[in-house]
Amino acid sequence: MIYADNAATTKMSSAALSVMTELMKDTWGNPSSLYGFGQKAKEALEGARETVAAAIGADVREIIFTSGGSEADNQAIRTAAYTGASNGKKHIISSAFEHHAVLHTLKRLEEEGFEVTLLDVHKDGLVRPEELEAAIRDDTCLVTIMYANNEIGTIQPIKEIGEICRKHKIIFHTDAVQAIGHIPVNVINDNIDMLSASAHKFHGPKGVGFLYAKKGIKLRNLIEGGAQERGRRAGTENVPGICAMAKALEEAVSKIDGYGKKLSAGRDRLISGLKEVPHSAVNGDEKRRLPGNVNFCFEGIEGESLLLLLDDKGIQASSGSACTSGSLDPSHVLLAIGRVHDVAHGSLRLSIGEDISDEDIEYIIKSVRETVEYLRSFSPIWRDLEAGVKEHIL
Amino acid sequence: MALYSDKVMDHFRNPRNVGVIEDADGVGEVGNAKCGDIMKMYLKIEDDIIKDVKFETFGCGSAIASSSMATELIKGQPVSEAMKLTNKAVAEALDGLPDYKMHCSVLAEEAIRSALADYEKKKENDEAVQKEENS
Repeated sequence: MIYADNAATTKMSSAALSVMTELMKDTWGNPSSLYGFGQKAKEALEGARETVAAAIGADVREIIFTSGGSEADNQAIRTAAYTGASNGKKHIISSAFEHHAVLHTLKRLEEEGFEVTLLDVHKDGLVRPEELEAAIRDDTCLVTIMYANNEIGTIQPIKEIGEICRKHKIIFHTDAVQAIGHIPVNVINDNIDMLSASAHKFHGPKGVGFLYAKKGIKLRNLIEGGAQERGRRAGTENVPGICAMAKALEEAVSKIDGYGKKLSAGRDRLISGLKEVPHSAVNGDEKRRLPGNVNFCFEGIEGESLLLLLDDKGIQASSGSACTSGSLDPSHVLLAIGRVHDVAHGSLRLSIGEDISDEDIEYIIKSVRETVEYLRSFSPIWRDLEAGVKEHIL
Repeated sequence: MALYSDKVMDHFRNPRNVGVIEDADGVGEVGNAKCGDIMKMYLKIEDDIIKDVKFETFGCGSAIASSSMATELIKGQPVSEAMKLTNKAVAEALDGLPDYKMHCSVLAEEAIRSALADYEKKKENDEAVQKEENS
């Protein structure tokens, strides 16, 4: 099996797994209990907070643990929105290809009377800082732009965006779910006010994540109850999950340089190999993207059948076709970068992980080429394209 | 649980009657690229019996499997029987489809109907020409 869907989820690191099981077996006390056994869990929890804070250049009091990236996104956005509203500011800037955890939260806020501007991400999948600055209004209370896109992997000019937001005194939140643990992220260097992350994207467990909120930002609760997380997120802490996340993050960050080089080389080889498929195109900027992300459109075929046949060949990947999402429209990300429906249905995302070998890469290239060719052999669209009845788009 | 039944996967992996009939008596194409599914059916008909049928499909696994199954269900059948093919029959023969994929079986039914309609039209035209020639 060649797992090339690391943007969906990652395999847990064995170090994180042992931290998790040890805590479950031996340190299962409630960190809010005053006796020693509970305090031992509290110690582990606070140790994890230190590790997470250090990994992104934050202060330990700026980290709260959540159930994952979506919760962190929801809490960050609602916090900034309601804080803004209390000062008469109800305008939010974001981008057209954010994760749905961001877009759907913004949709709700629009229903509540907020105004949202979604920036164009252009053909290369990159936000333009000057367009962001031009969109800023007197009543803008939040800018939320993802660090790296989850489908096409393009890395946004976060530092510049952060500088602009700082200049205009606007809160800047970034959904860094795909970036954390894969590329260097530092909230101070990058001028970030709030950041969301999810453990299972960097070899930690599912159901746990964190939110960084710069000192001075008063978080608004999504979940009311006990005084956990300094009153900002109620509910007994998921101590094993949180500690395993911290372990996984520490490990991932320490390996960023080495693995980054290896993955970028693999990514570039995949891109050059798949470009040889006639009438195909890379989605998003080829270089300003996550080290392990490859995303292509192949004309004349549909993504789900490509995925199923690749699965038969032992390759797990993903697609932005409508059929894989259960809706009629293909991925909003591909539409945002200007891909028309006809070709967006034929997309393939490969997100490779550290354990991939050169042989695996060559096998993927060969398998994708063969499968695309096979599916085209009985595609009525491909027939029309090749016969000149319709014009090629790619 | 797998996404699709074994039957669907079998017809997807080994689709029956794939291809083109160059001198087809009826051709039908339904769906559109925007929605991500296009089916094209070719029929060879003699004495109102479907002697051969081929298909080409652009679409997901269940679209390919539905096309394949639909061709199997009408092959060798009289035109009058083929006209009665329903999407439900296609889905049932595949041991079911997920709810949000039922439209694939609808498309298969429509593709067959469209090819049969094309055949009927051609037949009428031919008969009219024949009549004219005779008179």
